[in-house]
Amino acid sequence: MIRLYDYVLSASCYKVRLMAALVGVKMDHEAVDFHPGRAHKSLEFAQLNPAGTLPVMVDGAMILTESTAMLVYLAKRAGSQWLGPDDAKSAAQVQQWLAFSGRLAASLGMARLHDMLLYQGDIDAWRKDGHAALRELEAALTERRFAGGDWLVGDAPSIADIACFPNVALSQDGGVSLDAYPSVRLWTRRIRALDRFIEMPGIHRLHELSPAPKVA
Amino acid sequence: MIAQQVLNEWYPVAMAAQIRAGQRRVTQLLGQPITVDLQKGAIVVTGQGGALHVTEAYGHVWACPGAPAHDLFPIPEASEPGRRLVDVGVVRVKCSPLRAVENFLDIAHFPFVHTDVLGAEPHTEVNRYEVQIREDSDEVWATKVTFYQPQAAKSSEGGIVTQYMYRVAAPTAAVLYKTCPNRTDAWDVIGIFVQPLSEELCDVWPWMALYDDVSPQAELIAFQQMIFLQDRSILENQIPRLLPLDPGMEIPTQADLTSIAYRRWLKKRGLTYGAQMVAA
Repeated sequence: MIRLYDYVLSASCYKVRLMAALVGVKMDHEAVDFHPGRAHKSLEFAQLNPAGTLPVMVDGAMILTESTAMLVYLAKRAGSQWLGPDDAKSAAQVQQWLAFSGRLAASLGMARLHDMLLYQGDIDAWRKDGHAALRELEAALTERRFAGGDWLVGDAPSIADIACFPNVALSQDGGVSLDAYPSVRLWTRRIRALDRFIEMPGIHRLHELSPAPKVA
Repeated sequence: MIAQQVLNEWYPVAMAAQIRAGQRRVTQLLGQPITVDLQKGAIVVTGQGGALHVTEAYGHVWACPGAPAHDLFPIPEASEPGRRLVDVGVVRVKCSPLRAVENFLDIAHFPFVHTDVLGAEPHTEVNRYEVQIREDSDEVWATKVTFYQPQAAKSSEGGIVTQYMYRVAAPTAAVLYKTCPNRTDAWDVIGIFVQPLSEELCDVWPWMALYDDVSPQAELIAFQQMIFLQDRSILENQIPRLLPLDPGMEIPTQADLTSIAYRRWLKKRGLTYGAQMVAA
């Protein structure tokens, strides 16, 4: 059984929980007292992950400490449909978005930790970088819509979408509104509408849109 | 100008364990800068005008910026042997401190905000319960509250009808008592201690005193943080931002009895920091 060292409020941990749920892989969860205990910075935890970050995935002798690597592992185990199309360009684009998700964590993710759990730092810079990343995402998703596409790469949702989704969907927690990004909002709805989607605090499930309310 | 009766109350300002571990906390209370730190083994809260009245209870440091009108409210369960005391840690919320307390007192939102945990459709009805303002302790109490819950606590297995009592013990602190899944003769106790940074910003410190010998501490914390963070995005979007103490656009229902009593109690005592008096 895969073991996930997990924190309920972490966007990166949720990324992995969501992927596992979508592909139907069961995991054991070990709750880590990230806040207020800062157990991820303890000496004991450093034996597992010297970087002192969450999540950590352990499967037998394999230890993964990068959430995007965990997405690849889960997706590959479940077949290949979540890895994106198997051509050179698509494969490169998926990697591009996986790396891009790190920029989202370093901007929107930090703004959220600042506003919610009182992390110290340059909040204005985090929000500014967050908006810059969202503009890029908005442009890419709008291009995809013009071309008839719903997802970041290819014709189906992939690890690229799942990697970018959490910090975008939680951006409001850090004082960054998605009002100016309609393609991004539509895309987050698409992800929330996926079969076997799971929520986390701050990301609510999609409520039933039908039956439609009567308009007088 | 902040009313004297507001200044004469106790407010949570830090987690005691963090201050005792040497972490200095530079923060704010009622719009004024304060510092919480350890000086010669004693926890000291310093404001612009000097030291504030301080007391330490229920895992937290409490300060009174005026002349304390009374002692900090008691929670006798906190000293019962066998209870696990859990400091859940601070969460900042961009809302009126009074709204944070009012949300804690509300039951009707459980199926919609804490779906499949503290409530689930179609079990949305709030049964009749009793509310009183107790004159002896000057507290708001809601009793005989019952609600169907799929997962009432970390230690729950399956859904149960949970019994609750709610208690407003201070203007920005409330305590609830709920069915303990592990003990039929005791209540689990959960507090929400709200530090008013300003009228529209607060630091919230959930705290628990539970009978649960099994769940790891990290899981108890995670469960309560999950619940509270489900509320946070709702709280940050409530309008009007200040809690209206006069009836206006809002139409309360039977389920809102506790909230109505809380608002009346605040108004009667002039505890209007974070409130608006004009009809919304």
